[in-house]
Amino acid sequence: MSDRLPVKKTYKLFIGGTFPRSESGRTYEAEGQNVARASRKDVRDAVRAARAAQPGWAAATAYNRGQVLYRLAEMVEARVPEFAELCSGRDEVERSIDRIVWYAGWADKLPQVLGGSNPVAGPYFNFTVPEPTGVVAVLAPEEPALLGLVTRVLPPLVGGNAVVAVASDQRPLAAVELAEAIATSDVPAGVVNLLTGFCAELGPILASHMDVNALDIAGADGDAAELERLAAENVKRVVHGRADAQSPWEIASFLELKTVWHPIGR
Amino acid sequence: MTELDRTGDRSPVPADWTYAPAPESRDIVRLRERYGLFVGGEWLEPSETYETISPASEEPLAIVAQATAEDVDRAVGAAREAFANGWSSLPGSERAKYLFRIARILQERAREFAVLESLNGGKPIKESRDVDLPLAAAHFFYYAGWADKLEYAFPNRRPKPVGVAGQIIPWNFPLLMLAWKIAPALACGNTVVLKPAETTPLTALLFCDVLRQAELPAGVVNIVTGDGRTGAALVEHEGVDKIAFTGSTEVGKAIQRQLAGSGKKLTLELGGKAANIVFDDCALDQAVEGIVNGIYFNQGHVCCAGSRLFVQESICEPVVDKLKRRLETLRVGDPLDKNTDVGAINSAMQLEKIRELVDSGREEGAEIYQPPCRLPEKGYWFAPTVFTNVAQSYRIAQEEIFGPVLSVLTFRTPEEAVEKANNTPYGLSAGVWTEKGSRILWMAQQLRAGVVWANTYNRFDPTSPFGGYKESGFGREGGLHGLEPYLRFDE
Repeated sequence: MSDRLPVKKTYKLFIGGTFPRSESGRTYEAEGQNVARASRKDVRDAVRAARAAQPGWAAATAYNRGQVLYRLAEMVEARVPEFAELCSGRDEVERSIDRIVWYAGWADKLPQVLGGSNPVAGPYFNFTVPEPTGVVAVLAPEEPALLGLVTRVLPPLVGGNAVVAVASDQRPLAAVELAEAIATSDVPAGVVNLLTGFCAELGPILASHMDVNALDIAGADGDAAELERLAAENVKRVVHGRADAQSPWEIASFLELKTVWHPIGR
Repeated sequence: MTELDRTGDRSPVPADWTYAPAPESRDIVRLRERYGLFVGGEWLEPSETYETISPASEEPLAIVAQATAEDVDRAVGAAREAFANGWSSLPGSERAKYLFRIARILQERAREFAVLESLNGGKPIKESRDVDLPLAAAHFFYYAGWADKLEYAFPNRRPKPVGVAGQIIPWNFPLLMLAWKIAPALACGNTVVLKPAETTPLTALLFCDVLRQAELPAGVVNIVTGDGRTGAALVEHEGVDKIAFTGSTEVGKAIQRQLAGSGKKLTLELGGKAANIVFDDCALDQAVEGIVNGIYFNQGHVCCAGSRLFVQESICEPVVDKLKRRLETLRVGDPLDKNTDVGAINSAMQLEKIRELVDSGREEGAEIYQPPCRLPEKGYWFAPTVFTNVAQSYRIAQEEIFGPVLSVLTFRTPEEAVEKANNTPYGLSAGVWTEKGSRILWMAQQLRAGVVWANTYNRFDPTSPFGGYKESGFGREGGLHGLEPYLRFDE
């Protein structure tokens, strides 16, 4: 037994691929740790980072996006004991990993399942493809701390969106750990941004942000109606995400459908 | 032989473009003096009424109901009852047959509907006859076929009807929008309360007679006419499970706000300010036709109208010259005349809005061009208009005009075209004109819009999903995707 004093971790935000403290200098205590308490300015920075990163992520090939997300599963798998301490246990971590792998496999299958060609009555080639809606804000469910976050972040992510997620208020450490796994996977900087803090404070800021295209209010506690009202200002797509859902339709909620026409002729 | 004009660089055209009047007969339409509310398969006497007119002549056509909140309540009640008492549990194959019947009757009575559509809405008979009516009938025919195949459209999802759908439609394609709304709703087993636009209620009211002929069970479709107050009552009503709205972004946002926290399903098809992008390697004459069709079709009363024309700088002059010459040949006037290209503006209010925005364009410094054309004295008219010298910041380049007014802007590179085209809160549609295939596909990828027309414009089809990105709304109408808003899933 060494009497060496361990080096403790500072729990910070994850914005644009870096780990800043809240610009407000605020922290709050959760799970026995001082955790960054994100502010309005942090939200704005995160949205800006997400907006900047989104086109590149969407332009990556579907095969590449699938591999990057699979790589994320590898990174979480490598930290199973650490994650297990920060959520309900090993089972939750394993289910989270399996869910990441499941969604990773969807990246290159969506256009065929959700789109297709349309037999219009005329000499036109007409097809419909799904495209990302843009920047998606996710209010992660309070519980389960890790699986809930993974469940809500992966669907917009695999579809080519960039995400700004607010972690569970009282169980934020799993989210910070996940941020570290993301940072060491090949997910481009800014594609996922994770904020810790108070959902009740950050939710309305994200809901009314004019550069956010969709809002998942899975973790909104009782103030869903107000968030929906704020979201109408720029016609956000509002999703009432469930903490345990897993289906391609979860991905589809964060996709737009684009239909292209072209004449057919000699 | 007709004398040909060979002056300047013009190709030969007949010197005299005078056309003999060719009016479509109105006799086929028999209007009643007044219409009530179509609720539970019967006509109810309204407590309040207003007069609906022809925008081309301002002549009164009929007295129609201004449905109150109580009227809406009765309509929702009738829809709810019809939903519970048979319609939702009817086998899909039987629902399909009702819809097939409606499609067939619309085809049989197409001329009558086309004339009435032009009479009440002001659109050229050429368009109501060749576009609105065939597409409306096709829409019912298409969704009829889905009614008993929903399980195949949504495998593993156990699709079920939502319940009562409240539907609010605009005045630009009155019967076609009715078809876009009612056909998928019924195919999925819902019942409907539909509110036509205030200024164009008549084809929806005539449609009730089609329902009678099709023997559709009472209460499955209810039609309540009126202004925005009627629409608001419908949106608010607790017995409505789903709202589908097509109209302005402003009203769409208000509805989204109003429904916050209600748990009601919502789809919005809102405004647009579409970019129609013309590259220097396009087929120029085809592109000019496409530009004209893009903005002057239906007097520009089209949410997906190509109202911002982006021309590659090197060909701006020839494009604008050709466009101006083409405009001289557009015939503006009597909507019922078979030669008319541009009909009447739908209402005094809309005309006022167009004038206000056109004035702002002049004041901000854009250069206006309108071809010489004699507008009728009575009714609401606006000459086809082109603005050149337009800056991105001008209101005419930013705001939806919803009239026959085109703003011409320029670009140099494909990247610049994309940047400018996407620089709008809207995202409904876009057009691209180039003979280069790879560029078409690249542009189609980059444009943030729900519909991209390449080397064509303003094409519609029941199998083709339609709807917007960003503030142009959410949800799709048409195609398999158009079913989803009218279903819930037990996953």
